[in-house]
Amino acid sequence: MATDSAQVMKSPGLLAHKGGYKAIALVALVMILSLGLLDNDMRWIYLLVYLWFGLVYGMLLQYGRFCMASAIRDLFAIKVPRMAVGVMIATALFSITAGLVTVSGYSTFYPHPLGWHIIVGGLIFGFGMIFTGGCASGSLYKTGEGNMGSMLVLLSISFSMALFVDLGSWSNSLAPASWIESALAKDMPESLSVGNGWFDIFTAGYVWNLSGGTMADTIGTGNVWIDVFAGNVLIVAILPTLAILVVLYMSTYRKGYIRRNKLESLSLSDELRGIWGMIITSRNTAIAGLGLGVFAGLQMWATGALREHYEIFNFGELLMKMGYTEGLSIQETVFDPGYWYITTQEAQLGGWVLDKAGIDVMDNIFFGLMNGIPNPLINAPLLMSFGIIVGAAILALSRREFKWKVPNMETAIFALVGGALMGIGARLGMGCNVGAFFAAVTNGDLTGWIFLVGMLGGGLLGVKAFNMWLNRGSVDDEFDIYLADPAKNRLIKNE
Amino acid sequence: MAIKFDKVSDGHYQLDVCGYVCPYPQMYTKKALQKLGSDDELMLIFDNPSSGESITAMCETEGNDIFEREESEGSSTWMIRKG
Repeated sequence: MATDSAQVMKSPGLLAHKGGYKAIALVALVMILSLGLLDNDMRWIYLLVYLWFGLVYGMLLQYGRFCMASAIRDLFAIKVPRMAVGVMIATALFSITAGLVTVSGYSTFYPHPLGWHIIVGGLIFGFGMIFTGGCASGSLYKTGEGNMGSMLVLLSISFSMALFVDLGSWSNSLAPASWIESALAKDMPESLSVGNGWFDIFTAGYVWNLSGGTMADTIGTGNVWIDVFAGNVLIVAILPTLAILVVLYMSTYRKGYIRRNKLESLSLSDELRGIWGMIITSRNTAIAGLGLGVFAGLQMWATGALREHYEIFNFGELLMKMGYTEGLSIQETVFDPGYWYITTQEAQLGGWVLDKAGIDVMDNIFFGLMNGIPNPLINAPLLMSFGIIVGAAILALSRREFKWKVPNMETAIFALVGGALMGIGARLGMGCNVGAFFAAVTNGDLTGWIFLVGMLGGGLLGVKAFNMWLNRGSVDDEFDIYLADPAKNRLIKNE
Repeated sequence: MAIKFDKVSDGHYQLDVCGYVCPYPQMYTKKALQKLGSDDELMLIFDNPSSGESITAMCETEGNDIFEREESEGSSTWMIRKG
């Protein structure tokens, strides 16, 4: 059985195994679907851009096993910085491409309002994702690897968000009176009943009173290059990521590096070589990070250019022109961030299903005023999420890593409960590890780092809770007894 | 489906975490390796690709040697010698 993994894994030849044919079939299917849509109406290109970028993100995520849950969990649980390093590299690079897009005037990014909700949201989200084994984007790519547990996470995230933003009047008493007063003073359409339902009161009575901005706005020298590259790119993204890389190196990688190289005193160049070594160890993740950074910037540019071409601000307007009016918000808009985003479109999927089941979810701000609940087939950001699953499946199949995995009861319960926590955290924090962290810090919005602090705190608590679960009496005993009791020894075949 | 950690013979152990996804494989591998003595060998069987990357990095940091890797359709069998 002595085979080199590099040989087996990297060069099976696409047509040498069944998975390769299935991967090609999936690519062909996406191409046929795309051509069919474009043949129907060229304007579907707006939706297809989301789908195609989703495919690329899915391949990159699967290639680099790119997952924020792994980043935080491996760091705390087994002291492995690999994924955290990859995420930091992606962050630094996306900030540069995002900066170029912002300077060119095609940026689709809006800064998030700054408040306590961001850190609380991050905390709940981070705690939940340790138990699901994947962040919002990680669960998508793992679904593409055939992991049914991750699919459960996605379902749980979708429905928990849809239900959370549509909480009924029983939840009103959980909101401070000042929020209710402030919400009612907003003069919103009757149909939205903004003073009714915790999430509506939270949105209109709290979040709307907050303000936010990018570092470029704060600097405001008038020279867009200086504002964007000194403020957004250097101060908000690159300097913090470099500082975090140094901290990761000092706290994890350095010890093994000194031992392996038998170093006694380290010069600055030894330390720099060590940091570079840490980055190289994370090579696949770093390459994925590089790709994500470049493509996430390109997506903003592509969508920005299409908006200019079609003279629209939001996909809802295009859908109206094309004759699709169902599921639009009362402002005739749909969720259309124009950049990499994960959770809101999943909430829309949950909301759409609830609506079909006869539950009115359009009487709240989240769906009714802002995002709508378009049919999933023409929900552009949702097709991006779908694209991530398909893209990951294409690469996993071609690398012989696709396998249907059915969760056991424990994993399934963790997926549902953790997913629900992630959903609630994502709505409170205004996004997930992608929308609230990655897309924010790379566009000069400091709230992203605040979300990360919350996510780290939640992750740390989650790892502690998870360790307690793993070490609970019986399981650990069993782990020992198996070793100590020769009667339980088993022989391995062919040895 | 359960986690199986067996002693095969003196100095030879087997950990089977097939069916488990992150974070179980890497956390149980860490637990199992802690129970082994220096130069003991662990045969690790898992089917969650992303755990492999974490386990590789963990072994590299802690000085454990992954000396054989066999990958079949969707699952991996690795031999690890504790450093």
